[in-house]
Amino acid sequence: MADYEFPDELLFTSDDEWIRVEGDSVVIGISDFAQNQLGDIVFVELPDAGAITEAGAPFGTIESVKAVSDLCAPLSGEVLEINEALEDTPEQVNESCYGEGWLIKLRPSDQSQLGGLMNAGAYRQSVEERDSDF
Amino acid sequence: MSELRRTPLYAAHVRLKARLVPFAGFELPIQYTSIREEHTAVRERAGLFDVSHMGQIYFSGAKACETLERLLTCAVDSLKVGCARYGLLLNESGGCIDDVMLTREAEDLYFLCVNASNVESARGWIESQVGIKVGLTPEAESGSDLQLEDRSDQTALLALQGPAAKAILTKLGPDESELPKRFRVARFNLAGADTLVSGTGYTGSPGYELYVSNADAEKVFEAILEVGATDGVFPAGLGARDTLRLEAALALHGHELDDQTTPFEAGLDRFVKPLDSGFIGAEALASKAAANDPNARSLIGFEMTERGIARADYEIVSAGEVIGRVTSGTPSPTLGKSIGLGYVPRSQSEVGRMLAIRIRNKDVAAKIVERPFV
Repeated sequence: MADYEFPDELLFTSDDEWIRVEGDSVVIGISDFAQNQLGDIVFVELPDAGAITEAGAPFGTIESVKAVSDLCAPLSGEVLEINEALEDTPEQVNESCYGEGWLIKLRPSDQSQLGGLMNAGAYRQSVEERDSDF
Repeated sequence: MSELRRTPLYAAHVRLKARLVPFAGFELPIQYTSIREEHTAVRERAGLFDVSHMGQIYFSGAKACETLERLLTCAVDSLKVGCARYGLLLNESGGCIDDVMLTREAEDLYFLCVNASNVESARGWIESQVGIKVGLTPEAESGSDLQLEDRSDQTALLALQGPAAKAILTKLGPDESELPKRFRVARFNLAGADTLVSGTGYTGSPGYELYVSNADAEKVFEAILEVGATDGVFPAGLGARDTLRLEAALALHGHELDDQTTPFEAGLDRFVKPLDSGFIGAEALASKAAANDPNARSLIGFEMTERGIARADYEIVSAGEVIGRVTSGTPSPTLGKSIGLGYVPRSQSEVGRMLAIRIRNKDVAAKIVERPFV
């Protein structure tokens, strides 16, 4: 398997997003595995601050040279902030998916949904099961 | 779905950690490292593609020339030995069954390089029109005046494309002066393999296509990567092949071309010989030309003037009305903007006209521009 990073302090979804809890808000991005699978990211479309997300429903779009993918909200809540830099430099998602390439900051409306997310170890295992390419 | 086929370079792709995807019934690399890097390698240095999935149908014998003349839109008789020419295989209504590269290897020996997805349909069409079977092995008795042979399964095809392609091939033997010019072919021993080198490609950059036997494919592929390393050659996948051909506005069958689309709609007039020359589809093309319908479709190239990426099948909108469809679209690594091809009514197809592309229910501005894009 390729050498992906799965930072221990993060939570993950089966849609390959990561969630970092910061007090009563969370930061959301896509995982190292996801950015690798997508390839060169060329376009990221995010909702406006104030938008309401619903767990499991699309909140934005991410496009690589070849493919268009929905971004699915890991949690229901209100968008507090988006990473506006991605409009001009979407490649940050490839270069630093857990840092500069974050997508949105959200205030979850139902903290209990956090319990349904995977820790880094469980997510790593789910990637290993799916990743037959390497 | 039937089992995916592998080209003779499958092991090499796995070793190079390519990402393999199903394409036209084959398992092929979409990329090795990154589409952008591979694209840039071709534009600035060189890229090496495995396009062994493409098919080769041979025509030999005294009647080969006249048979092809009837099947193809391009002139066949005037093609000299050692030359190649682009043409189209049309149905009776003038629609494109496939677009092909015709090569004349010897006086009475030609072959068509056909799209992988169309090998079966092209073969079936040729058989139905010519009235003889396309064999899978050379005919035992060579007395007849026309033999057809499908050598797709024995033939591997590599494409070495980019400004450094010539310098790389000279390191494998041929003199620079011996290498074929554009649309010419010549035979060489490359890395111990008998290779037909063709000055053709599908990227919009200079380069060569190399026909070799399956058994020799890996040897030639590896030799090029080895001697070309100092020239910056990259193995390149289907992803870069598509972004490169799109920048060059080269049609792809199944996108810009299909059996409902005429070469005139696709802007391929210059690959069609005079309509009174009796090729299949000529009559239909002549009556369409005579009708001169302003609502007939015409292929356009466009670039996005607002943020957004057009993709195949998105709607093309003008004044709130859907007037056509995108056939291919991509971010252009060379230009740093989004480009695309699509069909609109001819009366609305002039360069400079503003349009919109409907992307996820939002109309995003675009402008018709000259083709090729680069």
